[in-house]
Amino acid sequence: MELIPKIPVAEWVSSFTDWVTDTFEPLFDFIKNDFGDFIEMFAEDWLMNIPIWLFIVVVGVIAFFISGKKLGLTAFSVVGLWFISNQELWEELMNTFTLVIFASLISVVIGVPFGIWMAKSRTVEKILTPILDFMQTMPAFVYLIPAVAFFSIGMVPGVAASVIFATPPTVRFTNLGIRQVSHELIEASDSFGTTNTQKLFKVQLPMAKKTIMAGINQTVMLALSMVVIASMIGAKGLGQTVITGLQRADVGTGFVAGLGIVILAIIIDRFTQNLNTQRGE
Amino acid sequence: MPIIQVENLSKIFGKQAKKATKYLDEGLSKEEILEKTGNTVGVNRASFNVEEGEIFVIMGLSGSGKSTLVRLVNRLIEPTEGSVYIDGQDLAKMDSKSLREVRREKLSMVFQRFALFPHRTILENAEFGLEVQGIDKEERQKKARESLEMVGLGGYINQFPSQLSGGMQQRVGLARALANDPEILLMDEAFSALDPLIRKEMQDELLELQESMQKTILFITHDLDEALRIGDRIALMKDGKIVQIGTPEEILVNPANDYVEKFVEDVDRSKVLTAEHIMKRPETVDIEKHGPRTALERMRKEGLSSIYVTDAKRKLHGYVMADDVAEAVKNDKKDLKDIMRTDILKVEKDTSMAEIFNLIHDAPVPVAVVENDRLQGIIVRGAVIAALAGNEVNLNGIDS
Ligand SMILES: Nc1ncnc2c1ncn2[C@@H]1O[C@H](COP(=O)(O)OP(=O)(O)O)[C@@H](O)[C@H]1O
Ligand SMILES: [Mg+2]
Repeated sequence: MELIPKIPVAEWVSSFTDWVTDTFEPLFDFIKNDFGDFIEMFAEDWLMNIPIWLFIVVVGVIAFFISGKKLGLTAFSVVGLWFISNQELWEELMNTFTLVIFASLISVVIGVPFGIWMAKSRTVEKILTPILDFMQTMPAFVYLIPAVAFFSIGMVPGVAASVIFATPPTVRFTNLGIRQVSHELIEASDSFGTTNTQKLFKVQLPMAKKTIMAGINQTVMLALSMVVIASMIGAKGLGQTVITGLQRADVGTGFVAGLGIVILAIIIDRFTQNLNTQRGE
Repeated sequence: MPIIQVENLSKIFGKQAKKATKYLDEGLSKEEILEKTGNTVGVNRASFNVEEGEIFVIMGLSGSGKSTLVRLVNRLIEPTEGSVYIDGQDLAKMDSKSLREVRREKLSMVFQRFALFPHRTILENAEFGLEVQGIDKEERQKKARESLEMVGLGGYINQFPSQLSGGMQQRVGLARALANDPEILLMDEAFSALDPLIRKEMQDELLELQESMQKTILFITHDLDEALRIGDRIALMKDGKIVQIGTPEEILVNPANDYVEKFVEDVDRSKVLTAEHIMKRPETVDIEKHGPRTALERMRKEGLSSIYVTDAKRKLHGYVMADDVAEAVKNDKKDLKDIMRTDILKVEKDTSMAEIFNLIHDAPVPVAVVENDRLQGIIVRGAVIAALAGNEVNLNGIDS
């Protein structure tokens, strides 16, 4: 035991994080301040200014059309949102919604290109696969620590931690979707003299769309599952209400806020699933 | 100058290509090389020329290297050795840009399982090659439409591939290849996935199109009948090697070796050809839905003296003669059953021509080809005689 002293992994990681924080300080400051302001503006000046009834009606109408004019999803969305507003949790809902939207958008913007890269190269696939496994297995709480180091507290580190946690499915499914395109179709594309870019945009991505969308759906769900955890570092929203309930041992408050998250999860899940259609099927 | 020149072309699949080619030099067989190196010989030193306007058929059993060879011709597969010249240009020496240009302008390919893009409509599939070339929408759609009309699919442009039958899908595949107006068509077992009647229809249509197009066609098949029907010249492949090249007659009359001989020895026309090969689509009337008036009209239109009577499930019930039908119409009879005759001459799909010939000798009506009592086709006397005389399968020059 004495032969090998304790390897200072923790110290290494800490000093690496410090180094990153120092080196990229201007960038982090920019993200923290300007992007943070933008998120706040999005939630408080835009979303919360939409009259609640209008918001609910619009969501209801969209639900009606994307579900193929069935009433189930419409009724659920309208009643669910009304219930949340009735519980006086509308602002929290809007904050949570904002967090999920930004985390998901950023995850997709990062995840899809990485997925494409991974599909194009076996080496990249071999390198990224264990990293993605690692990212998903690591307890989500751990991501809060660097997020706080880089961006202090508030919405921005919340979004950052959610992005790390939620990106892997989009990367994986994009890779999978592209690799699933049959060899014969790739040959057909090549035989007509497509460039790699043409092949990607005219054949591979359109054919992988359904799989990629399934990945995005998972990403959105994971981002939503980070809501409570992210609120521990000051991200506003329903998660914060849950934490408050926990701190005060107030089961009722926690339960209602939790219910709000579930309602939002179901609505978002059904929306992204219904939007997932493939031409020619 | 030949439009396609292939010289000493080889393809070894695997990591020890050098060693494997050395073994090839030493004359080892494909099997021995596989055992020694774990590598597969796809194509072994193939050489041939294809002249402009020619239909050159490459034929061989499954696994003999046909698909590999055709993919070497447009460099979808990189050769291990040897060269391919298209219009005198060495394909192997091209950078990716010139290779793309050759593929866009000179070579189009039709695939065995169609390889249509499922997310694109028929029109979008047909215009794909032109779209890739950056031709503007209006013009490329016009050309794609013309190409689809040519294969008889003008009315389906907004459907998706999954909505079409196999035969129709392959027409789209053909239209997609033709829309580019390429000099050379590469067709890898293009009709093998289709059922026999449709396959024959497509062969006829290809020959018809070829009359006006005069493309150079490299056609791959494992089916001797097909090779004989459409090939100007045929190359026979075995274990990656071309064992003989010649016109259909040359191959049948002077087989280069035992392998070729085995391949063609069964081509005693009257034995090899079966009902399936010479039957054609039947005109029928429906026993439930149709009366003598419809029957008469159809027979007039097609110039027939008799017509078969089936039901909705194509089950064969009998036939009616033109005279009887005319009589029935005059007397205002409504039911076909009253005048239907049931002494049908039936054969199965695999009945040999020799047998059919005896049957049909003095039959008043065409012979019905059935499967499970369902009408598949009919054989008229002329077709049997033509086939035996060699016209139908292009076997002229050999005595029977
Ligand atoms: N990508 C590949 N990797 C390894 N072996 C292959 C590959 N493609 C074809 N082969 C082998 O090469 C030989 C020729 O195959 P192929 O050209 O597909 O034959 P055919 O089209 O005549 O049926 C076969 O033994 C096959 O197993
Ligand atoms: Mg093949």
